[in-house]
Amino acid sequence: MVTQLLFFFFAACAGGSALAMVTRKNPVASAMWLIGTFFSLAAIYTLLGAFFIGIIQILVYAGAIMVLFLFVIMLLNLGNNLEADIRGTGWKVMAGGGGLVMLALLARVFAGDVPMPLGQQAGAAVLAAQQAERGTVGIIGIPLYQDFVVPLQATAILLLIAVVGAVMLAKRKV
Amino acid sequence: MQAGTTTTENLIELSDNAFVVFSAIKVLLVFSVVMVVVALLTLMERKVSAWMQDRLGPNRVGPGGLGQPLADGIKNILKEETNPAEANRVFFTLAPMLSIIPALVTFAVIPWAAPLPTPWGVVPMMVADLPIGILFLLAFSSLGVFGIVMAGWASSNKYALLGGLRAGAQMISYEIALGLSLMSVFFLVGNVGLDEIVWTQQRMNMWFALPLAVSFFFFWISSFAETNRLPFDLPEAESELVTGYHTEYSAMKFSMFFIAEYAHVLTVSALMATLFLGGWDIPGVGRDDMLGFVDGVWVGERPAVWITLLTFGAFALKTLLFILIFMLVRWTVPRFRYDQVMDLGWKILLPAALVAVMVTAATVLALDSFGVEMDRLYYGFVPLYGLVLTVVNVAMLVIVLWVMDRGQTLAGSGSLDEKRRVAQERARRRAEAMRVHLTTPRAGAR
Repeated sequence: MVTQLLFFFFAACAGGSALAMVTRKNPVASAMWLIGTFFSLAAIYTLLGAFFIGIIQILVYAGAIMVLFLFVIMLLNLGNNLEADIRGTGWKVMAGGGGLVMLALLARVFAGDVPMPLGQQAGAAVLAAQQAERGTVGIIGIPLYQDFVVPLQATAILLLIAVVGAVMLAKRKV
Repeated sequence: MQAGTTTTENLIELSDNAFVVFSAIKVLLVFSVVMVVVALLTLMERKVSAWMQDRLGPNRVGPGGLGQPLADGIKNILKEETNPAEANRVFFTLAPMLSIIPALVTFAVIPWAAPLPTPWGVVPMMVADLPIGILFLLAFSSLGVFGIVMAGWASSNKYALLGGLRAGAQMISYEIALGLSLMSVFFLVGNVGLDEIVWTQQRMNMWFALPLAVSFFFFWISSFAETNRLPFDLPEAESELVTGYHTEYSAMKFSMFFIAEYAHVLTVSALMATLFLGGWDIPGVGRDDMLGFVDGVWVGERPAVWITLLTFGAFALKTLLFILIFMLVRWTVPRFRYDQVMDLGWKILLPAALVAVMVTAATVLALDSFGVEMDRLYYGFVPLYGLVLTVVNVAMLVIVLWVMDRGQTLAGSGSLDEKRRVAQERARRRAEAMRVHLTTPRAGAR
């Protein structure tokens, strides 16, 4: 009961902050609202019993990536009241279409019986049992480095390519 | 040191109600102790600096100046607050709060003494025994930078903005080295709970400062950068940026930044004591080795009130040692140049920490596959596991220090031009020496 109430509270926080983040004109305010969203999400993960994911959400997204975001915003010293990126009918239609796809996906989830790609049941009870067996970090780490090694390495290479590309783009202008 | 030799039969876990009551007491206790210690640290800093510069330091308020923090606090609360007209009011007010809250929250997961037996059950001496332990601490201490960045941006002052930018870059750079140096601790412990980290060091009969010397060294450097203490105090940098990110702040808001800084120093010192100096472990004594309840079964020796008190004393001494070193360093070395900070973080600490992680992991793997047991004393007194790791780590540390000391990293050669100039100078001098050597007639050859 309390868990459910807390869930709805944090879900409302997450939705509200996400909305505020999109609607704010000031980029720094947007960034702060995004941090609020991350925190609410972390709280929801924690309520589900996934402590590790919750804390990594704060550690990586709120603690590292958003600091970089703020750093860039401040470095460019963007002022208030920037014009929106979405202008013209074409962009609006595309944005609306994206929103509709998102809604359709959500509707599919709420319709029930979503196939689990990992073949595992989700939920706090299953997580707690796994956690007792493998430890808080182990329930992520052991499957990640045993069952999903190839996808993990592929992602690592993808990230490396992105880094190299970023350096190339940055170098060209000098 | 043998665990479980004494009777542990009538030890019980706390009931839910007792847990709530004891947690509330612990929260209040830790909060007030941390605040008082932080206040005393400001005095200690001034006394230490006075001692190092052959002055007296504050000695007017109370006996030996002990009332000084109180007087400072009253002054700061009564002072007029100024708000710059150009500042963004909301973020300007939010910034000191954002910086003080993470600093105070992080102490919650640090165990400060052995578990305390009470009639209602055994109370673990930490506020929150979280399963994610140290990750919580890392996550929340990394949030402290938002306060600084926000303060710099909201002040609408170019010095403040520069300070905020520097803080952001510095935090990101050194967090990586900090996290990497923690990896090797996780290798040995196998989990992330701080109480388990203490327990592993007790079982190993060795504090991690020796078998993980390289990690200890890197963690120490990074923690200086993370707390913005000299030689890494570039976000403040009085001589270049007025006082950096808190230039526009006054009265209690200004004071909150300082409370946050000293709270960070306290937390990081306590953390280093826990990670690398055995936490509340008393060296050479097996009677205090205990972990707590694991699935309802007590692990370790029988707790006692006197053990709790003694171990708290040990923990306080170790923490104080690190705090003292923080202060001695501040009043000894000058500030780094900005490019030196970045060079040290990205070109030295990051690759070196990666290599150290790999070597330590390989050593641990080798030790495990040779069947060396972590908690066994060979021939009755040789902690083989720890000794092998110590040898490997000390060798790595010597190499790191040797490379750092070759004048290539820190001796004012950050820019390429300067490096080239130094190299040319060296070549010129060598050519000159060669010329002198060739043209000078040798003794006996005349």
